[in-house]
Amino acid sequence: MVGIHNVRKSPTSGVTSAFVRRRQRRQPLSAREVTLGVLFCVPALAGLGTFVVFPLFQAIFLSTRGTDINGNPSRSVGLDNFAELFTPEFGTVLLQTLLFTIFVVVVGLVLPLALAVPLSQRLPGMRVFRTLFTLPFAYSASAASVIWLLMLDPSMSPVNWALRLFGVAAPGWTTESPWPLVTVAWATVWVVAGFNLLVLAAGLAGVDQEVLEAARIDGATGFRNFFSVVLPMISPNVFFVVVTTTLTALQALGQVQVMTDGGPNGSTTTLVFAIYHNAFEYGNNDYGLASAQGLVLLIIGIALAAVQFGVIERRVHYR
Amino acid sequence: MTQTTTAPAPAETGTGQARRRVRVPDRPKPSVSVLTYVWLALAAIVLLFPVLLTVVGGFLPEGLLVRQPPGLADGTYSFDNYVNAWRQTVVPLLPAFTNSLFVGVLIMVGHLVTSCLAAYAIVFVRMPLRKPIFWLFMATIMVPYEAIVVPNALFIRSMGIENSQWSLVLPFLANGFGVFLMRQGFRQFPDELRQAALIDGAGHLRFLFTIVLPSVRPSLTALSVWSFLQGWNMYFWPLIISSSNNSMNTLQTAVFALKNNGNGTQQALVLAGVTITLVPTLLLVIFGQRWLVRGFMAGAVK
Repeated sequence: MVGIHNVRKSPTSGVTSAFVRRRQRRQPLSAREVTLGVLFCVPALAGLGTFVVFPLFQAIFLSTRGTDINGNPSRSVGLDNFAELFTPEFGTVLLQTLLFTIFVVVVGLVLPLALAVPLSQRLPGMRVFRTLFTLPFAYSASAASVIWLLMLDPSMSPVNWALRLFGVAAPGWTTESPWPLVTVAWATVWVVAGFNLLVLAAGLAGVDQEVLEAARIDGATGFRNFFSVVLPMISPNVFFVVVTTTLTALQALGQVQVMTDGGPNGSTTTLVFAIYHNAFEYGNNDYGLASAQGLVLLIIGIALAAVQFGVIERRVHYR
Repeated sequence: MTQTTTAPAPAETGTGQARRRVRVPDRPKPSVSVLTYVWLALAAIVLLFPVLLTVVGGFLPEGLLVRQPPGLADGTYSFDNYVNAWRQTVVPLLPAFTNSLFVGVLIMVGHLVTSCLAAYAIVFVRMPLRKPIFWLFMATIMVPYEAIVVPNALFIRSMGIENSQWSLVLPFLANGFGVFLMRQGFRQFPDELRQAALIDGAGHLRFLFTIVLPSVRPSLTALSVWSFLQGWNMYFWPLIISSSNNSMNTLQTAVFALKNNGNGTQQALVLAGVTITLVPTLLLVIFGQRWLVRGFMAGAVK
């Protein structure tokens, strides 16, 4: 740290760096330095090349394969696996994935926002509340699923008990349509809400108090103040929450597998669960179909990234 | 600020009031405060009851837990479930615990090493193709892991290391997001300092270890917290790679196996198991949350 100060404060540093920079630009690349750079990149490149880039091509190849009698994906089946992507069954899977994702993203944004805004007031105890609300984020997918199964288990469900106090009969949370999909989505929301709350609270803490004050003098209060002043100012955080939550929802496996196992009657089978089910569950080994479905997920992921990149670029340009 | 939530409002009035009002012009009206506390308390009951159920339920006898509503406040607490969860041999928890620790720590160390080295080369080393290499790392972030899990699983199986702990971590030792995070950290670094170190004759290695790394400790902490959580909470991969063998479980797959094994007759035991998986992550979420947010948003929001 002392070093940084010396260099910055030194009256000659500007001259030195200008000199060095000029010298550096003319200098040819040094073989030793390039070697070092390559060596530094090798571990990361090797890891990602072997386990991300190469498997991508392998997935494309596998998607044209069928499984032989020994369980190996050796038969060529042409585009049969892709034809299966245009069946009503897979359409249902995509629709369920969409509904699941919309539920998780909307509730996973609105709920933490409805907590972060009151928490941003200067009242005693707000930090304790904030820490408490983030606790569910410590749960893994399987831990959260196990807990919510107990929360909704007919033999002990505190939720059902509370509903009965209000005279409401609880539905079969994991058996009666449309509740299974809602239940699984809620367990996902419960975990991500904790993290999203932190992100939104960080944004609200950075809102300029003077701007708020000016808005208040201009007569902006309550909801109007929130939607026209506060929300635009934390829009980067909101956007970040939407993107990461969408990805989390799209990739959710543990919740579905633990809570409903894709059922009943496939009504909670999402895209990722279908991949797992076709390739691995109960000794299934349709690697080709699962790979083709994986490519659908890949396309969705790339499309999301493109949207994300586009929005960030535009925001930067407007500034 | 961190008083308990029940701190009465009148405590705020008095001598400190005038100064406080100047500093904090937006203290809400009392009616608003009451509404705030009511709403937050309601939300806390709904959102935190499962946490309470997890932790307290693990100390209850089965009969008290499985009834409606669960007898959380009945006062018969013991460590029996923990002892039994640890002793039962159907889904052994000790190997699951060491496996989870192995996975969390190795993925953390792997991310730190690979990300720091690659990011350093991208930011500080003059070499050709720096930009394309960086964009290659960025592109890998876009690939959802589940899209390539099939070829990876087949690959690991063909290597015949399915029953070793290494199969749990091998695909995850490098991570594009980690490279991105460290690169954001390194870029904050004044260029002049690099040049000065160069003139002083410090080579790249010495510069990296004695000057750069100590000054990006916030980024290192953020990456460590994130990576450990990633590894510890991972579920899909251990489920397909090792859960057919109960001694190769991680805690996450062990919890699921434990739940299935009891057929609903040992819920309290399962809760004790869940609480064990939660210990490190709860600590990280409580004490490491600012690192989490800062690390995540370092590149994504700015």
